[in-house]
Amino acid sequence: MVLNKENHLAKLNKNIVQFVIYLILSFGAVLVVFPFYWMVITSLKTLQEAQSIPPTFIPRSFHFKNFVEAWNSAPFGRYFFNSIYTCSVIVCVGLISSSLAAFAFAKMQFVGKKVLFFFILSTMMIPGQVLIIPSYLIVANLGWLNSYKSLIIPWLANVFTIFLMRQFFMTIPDDLMDAAKIDGASKFRALWMIVIPLSKPVIITAGIFDFLMNWNALLWPLIVAKRPQYWTLMVGLSSFNNDAGSKFNLLMAASTFAVLPIIIAFFFLQRFFIQGIARTGLKS
Amino acid sequence: MKFKKRLLENIEAYSYLTPALLILFVFWFIPIIFSFYLSFSNWGPYTKITTAKFVGLMNYIRMMQDKKFIQSLVNTTYYVLFAVPTAMVLSLFIAILLNQKIKGLSFYRTAFFIPYITSLVAVAIVWQWIFNREYGFANYVFQQLGIPQQKWLRESTPILNLFLGPLGIKLPWYLAGPSLSMCCIIILTVWQVIGYNIVIFLAGLQNIDKSYYEAAEIDGASIWQRFKYVTFPLLSPTTFFIALISVIFAYKAFVPMFVMTPDGGPDNTTTTIVFYIYRRAWELDEFGYASALAYVLLVIILILTLIQNRIFGKKVHYD
Repeated sequence: MVLNKENHLAKLNKNIVQFVIYLILSFGAVLVVFPFYWMVITSLKTLQEAQSIPPTFIPRSFHFKNFVEAWNSAPFGRYFFNSIYTCSVIVCVGLISSSLAAFAFAKMQFVGKKVLFFFILSTMMIPGQVLIIPSYLIVANLGWLNSYKSLIIPWLANVFTIFLMRQFFMTIPDDLMDAAKIDGASKFRALWMIVIPLSKPVIITAGIFDFLMNWNALLWPLIVAKRPQYWTLMVGLSSFNNDAGSKFNLLMAASTFAVLPIIIAFFFLQRFFIQGIARTGLKS
Repeated sequence: MKFKKRLLENIEAYSYLTPALLILFVFWFIPIIFSFYLSFSNWGPYTKITTAKFVGLMNYIRMMQDKKFIQSLVNTTYYVLFAVPTAMVLSLFIAILLNQKIKGLSFYRTAFFIPYITSLVAVAIVWQWIFNREYGFANYVFQQLGIPQQKWLRESTPILNLFLGPLGIKLPWYLAGPSLSMCCIIILTVWQVIGYNIVIFLAGLQNIDKSYYEAAEIDGASIWQRFKYVTFPLLSPTTFFIALISVIFAYKAFVPMFVMTPDGGPDNTTTTIVFYIYRRAWELDEFGYASALAYVLLVIILILTLIQNRIFGKKVHYD
C-alpha cells in the first residue's frame, strides 16, 4: 500500500513537472513568435489604426492594399530579382568550385597540400568585415562597382563550404574510388558519379547556408552597389526603412514580403537546416 | 616515368583547386596584406590612393586619442558582454526543457528557430517598430504595468544609471553598461540567435550517454546536482563552441545597429566597431584610418579566439 501511494505521488509529481515544462516552453514560443505576429497585423492596419493607443490585436479591417502600396513605393521587384539572381549564381557556381577544391584536399596528393589547407583554414578565422576596404578597392580597380560582378564574384568560393565538404568526402572509403579507377573512370567521373551523389545532404546544407548568408548580407552590397538598379532586397529594404519615415504599416508590409519567402522555404527544407547546424556544432 | 606521373597528378589536383583558390587569393589573401599596408597610409578625403604616403604609426596613435573610437570599443564590448551570456543561458535552459522527452519537440524547436533564418534587416525594422517611442508595443506594455514610458532607441542613458538614477547614483558612462538604445539591440540579438544555440545545445545534450543520468539518479542526485555534475561538464565542448562563435559574431555586429539607428544612436551609443569603420571609410572617405581600425578589430578577434582556447580549452571535456 505504502509503495503504491509513493508511486502515485511520484506520478503526480512528474505530471506537475511536465505541465510546468510545457507552460514555460509555450510562453517562450509565444514570446518569440510575437514580433512576427505584430509585423503581420500592423501590415494589415490603416496608418491611423497602427498608431492608435491602446493598439488593436486584431485589425478592424484587413487592409491588403498596404502590400500593393509598399511594393510600388520602391522598385521591390527589381530588388527581389537582384537578390534571387546573385544568390542563385553564387550558390550554383560556389558549390562547384568548392566541391572541386574539397575533392582535391580529400582524395588527391599534391605538393603544398598541407600549407594550402592551413591557408584556407586560417582565412576562416578572419572576418570579412575587416577586409571590406581593400576588397572594395580591388573591385573598384577592376571597374566592377555598380555591377553584378561585384555582388557575385568575390563570393564564388566559400571556405566554410570547402571545409565542410572536405570533412565529408574524407569519410567516403577509398575502395569505392579504386573500384571506379579499375573500371576506367577518370577522377572527375568518380567525383561526379560517386562522391557527389553520396554527399547530397552535405551539399544541400552547404548550399542553403551559402544562400541564406548572401540573401541576408547587407554591408558588402551596400558599399559596392550605389545605384538602386543593383540593390539587393536587403539594401532596398534598409533604404526604404529610412525613406518611409513613420508609415509603419507599409514598413511592416515590406518586412513581411521580405521574410515570407525564407520562412516558406524553411518549412520545406527544415530537416537540412537543423541537421546542418547540429552537424557543424558537433564537428567543431 | 614516376616523375611524370607525379607531375600529372599535381597538375590535375591544382586544376581542381584553381577556381576556388583564385577567388580566395584575390578577395581574401591580397586584402589581408593590402589593408595592413593601407593602415600605415594617409589615404583620406584629400589624398588619392596614388598619392597617399606612408605615415608610419600615425593612424594607430590617432585612434588612441579618438574618443569616438574608444566609445565604439566600449559599446561593442558591452553589447558582447550582455547579449552573449543572456542568449546562452536562455537557450541552454530551453534546450534542457526540450530534451525532457516532451511531445511536440519539432513544433517548439521550429518556433524558436524561425527568427534565426529571417533576415536581420527585416526583423530589425520590426523591432524598431516595437520600440517606437510614440506608438511602439514596448511602451504600451510599460504603460499597462505602470512603468514610466521610455525613449528606447533614442535613449542614451546607460542601463545601470537608469536603474540607479532614482537612488541618486550616477556612474561614469564607461562603467554604467550599454545604453538603453543598445539594450534594445541586445534584446533583438538574443531573440534572433537563441534558436541557433538551442539546436546546437540539443544536439550536444542528446549526445550525453543516458547511463550517467541513471547512475546519478541511483545515487540520489537532485536535479541541480545532475545538471552541475553530469550535464554541464559533459556539455562543455558544445558550450565552448557556442561561446566562441557567439563572441566573435557579436564583435562584428553591424546590421541591426545600422538599420535601427542609422545615425549611430543617441550620443553614438550604438556605434559598434564595424559601424565606426563603415562611417569613417564611406561617410568621411578616411580609408587609411579606417583600415587601421579594421586591423585593430582583426587583432581583437584573433586574441579572443586565443584566450578562449586557453581558458576553456583546459576545462573542456572531450568524451
